[in-house]
Amino acid sequence: MIRKIRVILAVVAFVAVTLLFLDFSGVMHHWLGWIAKMQFVPAVLAGNFAIVAMVLCVTLLFGRFYCSILCPLGVMQDGFNFIARKVKKNRFHFVKENWWLRYPLLVVFVVLFVAGLASIAALIEPYSAFGRIANNLLQPVWLWINNILAGIAERRGSYAFYEADVWMKSGVSLAVAAVTLVVVGFLALRRGRTWCSTVCPVGTFLGLVSRFSLFRPVIDADKCKNCHQCEKNCKASCIDIENHRIDYSRCVACMDCIEECKFEALEFTMKRKAESGERKAENGERRAEGEKGFDDSRRKFVVTSALVAGAAAVKAQQKKFDGGLAVVEEKKIPHRDVPLKPAGALSLKNFDKHCTACQLCVTECPNGVLRPSGKLESLMQPEMSFERGFCRPECTRCGDVCPTGAIHSVTKEQKTDIHIGYAVVVTDNCLAYRDGVSCGNCARHCPSEAILMVERDGSEVKVPAVNTDKCIGCGACEYLCPSRPFSAIYVNGRERHC
Amino acid sequence: MNEKKIDRREFLKVTAAGTVATAVVAAGCSNKNETVAEGVNLGEVPSGQMTMRENLHGEQVSLLGYGCMRFPTLDGQSGREQDQELDQDAINDLVDYAIAHGVNLFDTAPPYCKGRSEHAVGIALSRHKRSEFFVSTKLSNFNANTWSREESIKMYHNSMKELQVDYLDYYMLHSIGGTRRDADGNELDSMTLLKRRFFDNGMLDFLCEEREKGRIHNLGFSYHGDIKVFDYLLSLQDEGKYHWDHVLIQHNYVDWNHSKLINESNTNSSYLYAELEKRNIPVFVMEPLLGGQLVNLNDHAVELLKQHDPQSSVASWAFRFAGNQPRILTVLSGMTYMEHLRDNIRTYSPHKPLNDDELKMLEEIADVFANFKTIPCTGCKYCMPCPYGIDIPTVFAHYNKCLNEGNVLNDIGTDSEEKKAFRRARRAFLVGYDRVVPSFRQADHCIGCNHCVNECPQGINIPEQMVRINDYVEQLKQSRE
Repeated sequence: MIRKIRVILAVVAFVAVTLLFLDFSGVMHHWLGWIAKMQFVPAVLAGNFAIVAMVLCVTLLFGRFYCSILCPLGVMQDGFNFIARKVKKNRFHFVKENWWLRYPLLVVFVVLFVAGLASIAALIEPYSAFGRIANNLLQPVWLWINNILAGIAERRGSYAFYEADVWMKSGVSLAVAAVTLVVVGFLALRRGRTWCSTVCPVGTFLGLVSRFSLFRPVIDADKCKNCHQCEKNCKASCIDIENHRIDYSRCVACMDCIEECKFEALEFTMKRKAESGERKAENGERRAEGEKGFDDSRRKFVVTSALVAGAAAVKAQQKKFDGGLAVVEEKKIPHRDVPLKPAGALSLKNFDKHCTACQLCVTECPNGVLRPSGKLESLMQPEMSFERGFCRPECTRCGDVCPTGAIHSVTKEQKTDIHIGYAVVVTDNCLAYRDGVSCGNCARHCPSEAILMVERDGSEVKVPAVNTDKCIGCGACEYLCPSRPFSAIYVNGRERHC
Repeated sequence: MNEKKIDRREFLKVTAAGTVATAVVAAGCSNKNETVAEGVNLGEVPSGQMTMRENLHGEQVSLLGYGCMRFPTLDGQSGREQDQELDQDAINDLVDYAIAHGVNLFDTAPPYCKGRSEHAVGIALSRHKRSEFFVSTKLSNFNANTWSREESIKMYHNSMKELQVDYLDYYMLHSIGGTRRDADGNELDSMTLLKRRFFDNGMLDFLCEEREKGRIHNLGFSYHGDIKVFDYLLSLQDEGKYHWDHVLIQHNYVDWNHSKLINESNTNSSYLYAELEKRNIPVFVMEPLLGGQLVNLNDHAVELLKQHDPQSSVASWAFRFAGNQPRILTVLSGMTYMEHLRDNIRTYSPHKPLNDDELKMLEEIADVFANFKTIPCTGCKYCMPCPYGIDIPTVFAHYNKCLNEGNVLNDIGTDSEEKKAFRRARRAFLVGYDRVVPSFRQADHCIGCNHCVNECPQGINIPEQMVRINDYVEQLKQSRE
């Protein structure tokens, strides 16, 4: 019974998180946004102490329910296990805790954060790892299906579905997602929840707490017939039936064993007094250490791997007809001295500290502006560019969805006064400067009236000039500039938004 | 996707529940001259019942005049836009049919159908007795190289040669009131152009002499644009210097009182008509359908018309209006297809004057139409390709389509029903926009270089319209929650 409830909750939560990463219309977030905010590391980074406290309390009460219900990467592994089980049962057996790997990894994870090398740490952070898999590998499929439906809708004159661009936002991010999926998938199929018991820093940290959980699966040695059935099907490989003991730091409270035991020798119940007393002293130390480390931790991931494939090749997938129309060259990404982060990011520093590169904002962005960075120092963290659209004034979706506090939620009104960057004119590209063509499209579309068309001596044609103080960095000018492939006006980021 | 230029008939096919229209001819009834739509048999196209009007010399002219600027080409399109050879057999059939059913006036001009119209009309009419038809053509001003006296006289003689006639029933100074560049590229205002083209070279006097000699029976002018020029030419008659036998004006139920809403520089045809009637000058009418737009009405307007008479085609109302005033001599319609011709003959055989209710209804429709501000783009693609890649005709077509379908709303609404309707319309507009025009070809990319402005035969200020449409798109996008 309790297992069924766990499975139902897990499936619901998993579907919800996955939908968050698939949806591009902004509808899902309205209903499901909270589930991303429940994620442990994002909650820590965002300073959502209520959620952190809640997760810790639940863990202290019932063990690592979090890992079996809320963690999408964990539930994904259960999914793999579910399939593998159909093929072969009794695949597991008890293994000893791999403490020399899991605790150092947790320490490294925390240290990386504190040291500001969050990009690397994020590689093993479960929520963002799942986010990258869903966004990079699943969303394109979702979009293609949507586009088929959009095609049908169009033929029927319905506006229920509209076509969405499917484009490769970053090769690096795609590669990382694919590797993560292969590694986690392989481990799940072969070794159950090995990832969660040894690699995952959240798992290890919660394991420190779950050692003391009040309720837990307990083996009644009197009833146990030593059939090993529970042990053989424990995906965390944490049941030691020889000694009738369970490693509660690795147990993810999946309740499979309770269901599995034909003799009702396993029970989810209060821990025995004696046992708890025995272990208290032993683990108290470690826990304190872990928590301290985490409190200080803030994050940033860096990339050692230099497999960074240069500038992410952004190939538009325009398949529209072209008869009788002038060929329009695709825009290229200009070099920006300071990268652009969305309004609500406060500053580059704040952004780097908080972003786990989960790609939720990239999924949400309806204007094709956000995409994962390919640069070493900010690998896979989102950055902005304006080849496919600009940061529209009415849209505040990235800030609304961000669970980690890397992008704070802002209102439309606030957004009009947040200066995330400033425009710079490249006179060599500008039609007015270069060809003497009267244009002014940048000035016409500037929402903050920061661009003036001024007379240059001796010429009738007016040229654009930017009032940097007024410019909010939305990129309308850059997107709508007729100069191609490089716009004659581009936006540089501000280190600190003002 | 909106390449499909909805012509009049096609529109009828699509919309009309129980339409009269003649859309079904293809279904096999054509040889009987019957039109069957939705089970209604309208019977044979009447002959011998055409309403006739009298010119200054007591000649009887059919109220329906054949405009020869849209003759069909071999591939079945209108020769106005196509380079393909004109379909002379089809033209002969059309002309024969028209004459058999009482149409006796054929209006052409040297530049029509890319300069091939006069020749084709000449061939078709040469197969009929000279007394069976009146032919009308013009001294055109489209090319500054033809403005000298010699070239002009050559053009005049060439028209008679092409038309295979030794006198012209109606001859007009073509398109006065417009502006144009002279051979040196200087922009001439409308009055200067008039003087240069027809007065300074003595052509008007020459034509008056020709009228004396009987080679021109009626001398007049066709007018578009600047009202000063129109008034000036009429004032010459008041002063007794010149005398006009007829004048060609743009007239339809929208231009009657709402022309300013379509284009600031236009003049209401109610004024033009009154000035001409005052002087007893017979009136030729052009653009009775406002370039086909009065068939492409929005749903509300079509509903009004159909409520009044489910059997009458949308176009027929416009024709009834165009012929409603007594001093209208003939209403020119550029008919490409036999179905156009049949429907129009029906409407004028005989013409049924509009009663007060009907006039009021058309006034209401004109009001809606003018305030809806559809863009008078006919999709001719003369403006294309835009050097900056904008898909001009498709942007306009989408905007017009949304207007006509009632999906252009400016008001978010107050109660929940209105808000819902607004959201639905917004979605239809924005989603549809992205469907038919890729984002980099949309209106916001127009830089206002004005390359297209001189190309548009409808005189649409394309960059201005692009700004207007984009402002609307912005308004829609920014109203999203």
